Amino acid sequence: MRWMWIDSIIAFEPKARMVAIKNVSLAEEHLHQHFAAEGSLPAQPLMPNSLILEGMAQTAGILVGSVNDFREKVVLAKVASATIDADVGPGQTIRYDARIERMDAMGAATVGTVSRFDHISNAWTDIGTIEMMFSHLDQNMQGMEFPEENFVFGENFKTILRNAGFPR
Amino acid sequence: MSAGTMKSREEIMSDVQEVLEEALGVDADEVTPDATLSGDLGAESIDYLDIVFRLEKKFSTPDKPFKIAQGEMLPENLMTDASLVENGKVTAKGIALLKDRMPHLSLGSWESDPQVTKLGELFTVKSLVDFVERKLKNC
Repeated sequence: MRWMWIDSIIAFEPKARMVAIKNVSLAEEHLHQHFAAEGSLPAQPLMPNSLILEGMAQTAGILVGSVNDFREKVVLAKVASATIDADVGPGQTIRYDARIERMDAMGAATVGTVSRFDHISNAWTDIGTIEMMFSHLDQNMQGMEFPEENFVFGENFKTILRNAGFPR
Repeated sequence: MSAGTMKSREEIMSDVQEVLEEALGVDADEVTPDATLSGDLGAESIDYLDIVFRLEKKFSTPDKPFKIAQGEMLPENLMTDASLVENGKVTAKGIALLKDRMPHLSLGSWESDPQVTKLGELFTVKSLVDFVERKLKNC
């Protein structure tokens, strides 16, 4: 399994906004553990909220990284707040709509809306809001040295970026 | 900002309190004037950046942006300069710079044993309110 929790970038406004989607599938192993059948309770496959956070972190992280053409090592430093009010199950699609609130040399603050598309009702519903802080690693570790190579935006990210038409 | 629309110290305290509650996930009654951001309220380095961004948002008005420059509020950026810190202690030059750049910090007894790791403990809620009040006056 690759640690990629978005499938595709569907909208991009440079330095401001990025929108990505993820299709949730029963082929994903983790859904069978979350939650497996237990005793008389049937299985209830649901997308874990922790991985919804990761999807937002990847969307907002790519947005923040794109501002300086992916030269900075952008790491998630803090989940400032997160509310997710509804479950997402297999066959549904998650949309992450991330915006940069504020950014400087040290890092960035982002806010994002999580929405769920249900193919039966054919409708999007907003189900949550997530605020995050990203740190520019080389600017903040006071003397610690990291490899020159940008290990944050590796091959998996490059594939998503290429498919979305980056560099733009 | 004209004197007529200037926020009172109580209003600033209340806004700073809200910012700290949101940024640090603490309760209103924990945010007392003497509470230290690192020691009492548990702020870590990234929280300071979060606090800076939230203060800017809270105190900006459409015609008067409230912009905090890097190193203006937080002492930690000063400490990356080797001439300002020696063997874990802030040098006389560093202390002079702190006093000049950050009058909102009251150094007190820290000055007799100026360990750089203890610097974060000087940052109290009161010093943050002082910082905002002084900056708003100069806006």
